[in-house]
Amino acid sequence: MALSADEVRHVARLARLALTDDEVDALAPQLSDILAYAEQVGEVAAQDVQPTTHPFALRDVTRPDEPRPSLPREDVLAAAPQAEQDRFAVPRIVAEEG
Amino acid sequence: MDVSALEVVEAHLQRILSVDGVDGEGDVWTAVAPEDLDQRDVHAYLHVTAAAARAHAEDVDRRRAAGEALGPFAGVPLALKDVLTMRGVPTTCGSRILEGWVPPYDATVTARLREADVVVLGKTNMDEFAMGSSTENSAYGPTRNPWDLGRVPGGSSGGSAAAVAGLLAPLAIGTDTGGSIRQPAALTGIVGAKPTYGTVSRYGLVAFASSLDQAGPFARTVEDAAQLQALVHGHDPLDSTSVTDAPPDLLATLRDGVDGLRIGVVTELHGEGYEPGVRRVFDQALERFERLGAKIVEVSLPHAGYGLPAYYLIAPSEASSNLARFDGVRYGLRVDAPTAEEMNAATRAAGFGPEVKRRIMIGTHALSSGYYDAYYLQASKVRTLIAQDFASAFEQADVLVSPTSPTVAFGLGDKTADPLAMYLNDVATVPASLAGIPALSLPAGTAEAPDAPSASLPVGLQIMAPLLRDDLMYRVGWAFEQDLGFTPIPAGDTAVEVV
Repeated sequence: MALSADEVRHVARLARLALTDDEVDALAPQLSDILAYAEQVGEVAAQDVQPTTHPFALRDVTRPDEPRPSLPREDVLAAAPQAEQDRFAVPRIVAEEG
Repeated sequence: MDVSALEVVEAHLQRILSVDGVDGEGDVWTAVAPEDLDQRDVHAYLHVTAAAARAHAEDVDRRRAAGEALGPFAGVPLALKDVLTMRGVPTTCGSRILEGWVPPYDATVTARLREADVVVLGKTNMDEFAMGSSTENSAYGPTRNPWDLGRVPGGSSGGSAAAVAGLLAPLAIGTDTGGSIRQPAALTGIVGAKPTYGTVSRYGLVAFASSLDQAGPFARTVEDAAQLQALVHGHDPLDSTSVTDAPPDLLATLRDGVDGLRIGVVTELHGEGYEPGVRRVFDQALERFERLGAKIVEVSLPHAGYGLPAYYLIAPSEASSNLARFDGVRYGLRVDAPTAEEMNAATRAAGFGPEVKRRIMIGTHALSSGYYDAYYLQASKVRTLIAQDFASAFEQADVLVSPTSPTVAFGLGDKTADPLAMYLNDVATVPASLAGIPALSLPAGTAEAPDAPSASLPVGLQIMAPLLRDDLMYRVGWAFEQDLGFTPIPAGDTAVEVV
């Protein structure tokens, strides 16, 4: 399928990517080409085929429910772009009512 | 003559200083900025852990002198792809979004290397988040092929492959999602293997496509590659997808030869689209196997042609999900903005390069409402059919062979403008990845490039084996290698000089 510039902007919003207009213009034909190629998978009749996500049969993996030490908090927060009061700091998520 | 571990490490550090384009100051040497790279620099390494490597080597020498216990690879240097974490050493995945991140933990692969007293020399360059077939998608500049510095080393583990081929490390670890160990091994004339999926832990391997990613060895000989794989494989409770079956002994039958084995030639993986030089070397390889007593049989993988389109839906879909964690909150880059969503979007826009953005977009679209069934689900069903094709083929043949790559190493920049043309380079490696089976690439000879008839560039032979039969894959590779007697060291006017 051919993706329009507006569809590219919609997908970019879903993917949390702030694309420039130039990027949108470049991506629209590239994504269309790649999707047109990938759509070949639709030529295969596979209604009754089970999908594969792992070459071996997967089963639930659990461990004993025992508390264990995690990575030290300071080691984890050391990599954060911004931290305060032992927490990751982020900008406002819910807008103020106005 | 006795050589100390420190002398071996020091010799490699000196060679890195002379041909790789690093700033050799301080404890951790860093690659110079892309704009300062010399066209004669290989640029295999992003970070060289010089002080730690020397200290580890000295410790090995001290313990050896004192008669203390040593790991089985005591003092052997190795280059680690920058997608695997190593405590206290930067991990970038070739991306700006992780620039400066220092992980607080070791990947399981890294931990097993440490226990064996392997001396890690540093972290190697790669296509950003392992997406690419040329190592030109690194945010830190491309790696060059030691056979011809104007050509790519393949990708995405191009830094690890070039380190081994350019004599900057005897061993390296790479990762292979659609062919990212095998294709660069082929293009740089060395040995590289993708183990059976799930036999090498993915704990501490920054995820690209979780159902396909697998770390594996690079080496100059088949036996070295088998030894290195044996060192890092085996069940890991920290990885819930790690297989619990005991891995086979990779060395017990290594020297048993191929007399009486059935070697299957995959009809769909060696004809149209393969360069004439590659086809010629492949045909010679088949003659060699026959001379060694193997029986060549022709087998068909009827759905192999759908492997690449299925892969280019499955891998980006999983990538779009995995890369959602790079949101500017917990690690890496943050671009400030008034709201969290704007901060996420601005951070990701600034931190990811063009190929990563392209694949996130493809994957997000393929998983979005109304498209999931036609794209991701259908591709996952095609994957089942490809795995069934392999199972049938392995009833007719013990192992399957094909050229590893349809081309020899291509020129830097030759394919960067056309993403789809770049993807086609993975045509022979992707089917095995979708099926999860082990596959090895080893040097089969050299051929000319279509754009340079006088060039002599490596051609790789791919050997694919049934699930968990990595031992058989290495056995066939070893017999071929011994008979060929190829020395995988680049030489020539344009290549890196061997000192």
